[in-house]
Amino acid sequence: MTLEEKKQEIIEEFSLYDEWLDKYEYLIELGKNLEPFPEDKKTEDRLIKGCQSRVWLDSELRDGRLWFQADSDAIITKGIISLLISVYSGRTAAEISADDFGFVREIGLKDNLSPTRANGLVSMIDRIKEIAASYGR
Amino acid sequence: MTDQIRNQFPALSGTVYGKPLVYLDNAATSQRPRSVMDCWSSLVSGANANIHRAVHHLAGLATDAYEDTRRAVQAFLNASAPEEIVFTSGATAAVNLVAFSFGEAFVKEGDEVLVTVAEHHSDIVPWQLLCERKKALLKVLDIRENGTLAVEQLENLLSERTKIVAIAHISNVLGLVNPVQEIVSLCHGKGIPVLVDGAQGIVHERVDVQALDCDFYVFSGHKLYAATGTGVLYGKRRWLEAMPPYMGGGEMIEHVSFEKTTFAPLPEKFEAGTQNFNAVPTLVPAMVFAKACREDSSLQKEQRAILEYVYEQITQNELITLYGTPIESKIPLFSFAVRGAHHEDLALILDKMGIAVRSGQMCAEPLMDRLGVTGLLRASFAPYNTMEEAEYFIKSLNKAVHMLV
Repeated sequence: MTLEEKKQEIIEEFSLYDEWLDKYEYLIELGKNLEPFPEDKKTEDRLIKGCQSRVWLDSELRDGRLWFQADSDAIITKGIISLLISVYSGRTAAEISADDFGFVREIGLKDNLSPTRANGLVSMIDRIKEIAASYGR
Repeated sequence: MTDQIRNQFPALSGTVYGKPLVYLDNAATSQRPRSVMDCWSSLVSGANANIHRAVHHLAGLATDAYEDTRRAVQAFLNASAPEEIVFTSGATAAVNLVAFSFGEAFVKEGDEVLVTVAEHHSDIVPWQLLCERKKALLKVLDIRENGTLAVEQLENLLSERTKIVAIAHISNVLGLVNPVQEIVSLCHGKGIPVLVDGAQGIVHERVDVQALDCDFYVFSGHKLYAATGTGVLYGKRRWLEAMPPYMGGGEMIEHVSFEKTTFAPLPEKFEAGTQNFNAVPTLVPAMVFAKACREDSSLQKEQRAILEYVYEQITQNELITLYGTPIESKIPLFSFAVRGAHHEDLALILDKMGIAVRSGQMCAEPLMDRLGVTGLLRASFAPYNTMEEAEYFIKSLNKAVHMLV
């Protein structure tokens, strides 16, 4: 699935739910199913600043593509990061750098989070962009 | 009953995400009654002029409103003179004022300042700054397992070098009324003055500073239904007189020259610059409302029933750990952790149900460390909250927990 197709899939998935509580249920499910994150990787340098809950993001470059792994102590945040990973993991640094992350706005995620949460989301996106930029150089 | 009270608060009839607002973040700030809004609005439209100096009519009205408020606060706290009431921008500014000015006058290298582990950052950091500036030592009184202050350790923590003790009347996390009277007499027995942070205390307790005999008492207006940017420092005259000014500027001077400036008498000495004269008088209707609530026995009964109901529901839930447990000294403020559910997830879900609660460290990181948590969920009630809201909160909380655990 291309980056565009994946984003479209998520937008459609989100449009199925009218109520934000249902969207949270969905994010909670995603969070619970996120691949376990190794405890020893929960280090200061992988911690994303700007989130009220703690979020760790790890990345590696394999076969020319970036693969992300993440964790959080809050489950909705974990669901959000899982969503981001499902879209951006396995893409090239160039693909990620060229993307505008607009789908996050399209699904209404940013608008529906408290400002502190929204800042956390922006911080997560910024970190993914930073990582892509560092490999793109 | 509560309807009469609720009708005075326009914000309470609001909806969020199409659901009625249930506002349970009162410990952060209260909502404002119509009387407070009307007061502000009538001052802005009918008496807006800078206070004290000008001779024109409007300035007279504004000055009267401002100074009448000082006397009303004096009566509210039962202070012995209006000069002992200094207006500040809030409790934080008041603590900073004392930490700076008292510190300049009385704290030297090697001296000690004592706070408790359950203080708000605003009653920790100003003292830390003072201690850094003066190379003094900040000592900390611990809490017991149930959240009450370990008063039995106080005697050992105080020394000949202890210059001041700063304690919250009620912790903004634990929601317990501290034995301030006992602490004040113990400290005074050793000649040590006490500052009481009344940010939460003023809302829930009747405060008589002469009976309490504390040396300083500070509070914010916005938690007591008044406009934001208002606050009060009560200080015993002998301390305030012995303390140097905190900020220099207009109002606080008597005579200015490049050789020597002399300062205005109390309380202007501590009120530099243009004061928040549109907002300060809102303290009057706010105090009227607070007093009326306190004296309304059927409302008090209802509030007590809410406290007992929420307390019981929370403490009976085996997934929940409540911090600050003795119900005898509990105010309707509940900070708790839910096993298996992050406080922020809970707050986010409750928000979508129309309920405003607080999550996180609540400006008390040292206390969070002491309790061994990264944050908590806090629901804090005001006299305008109803039993129906309390029941909806508990039902919603259970639903949120069910979604997460």
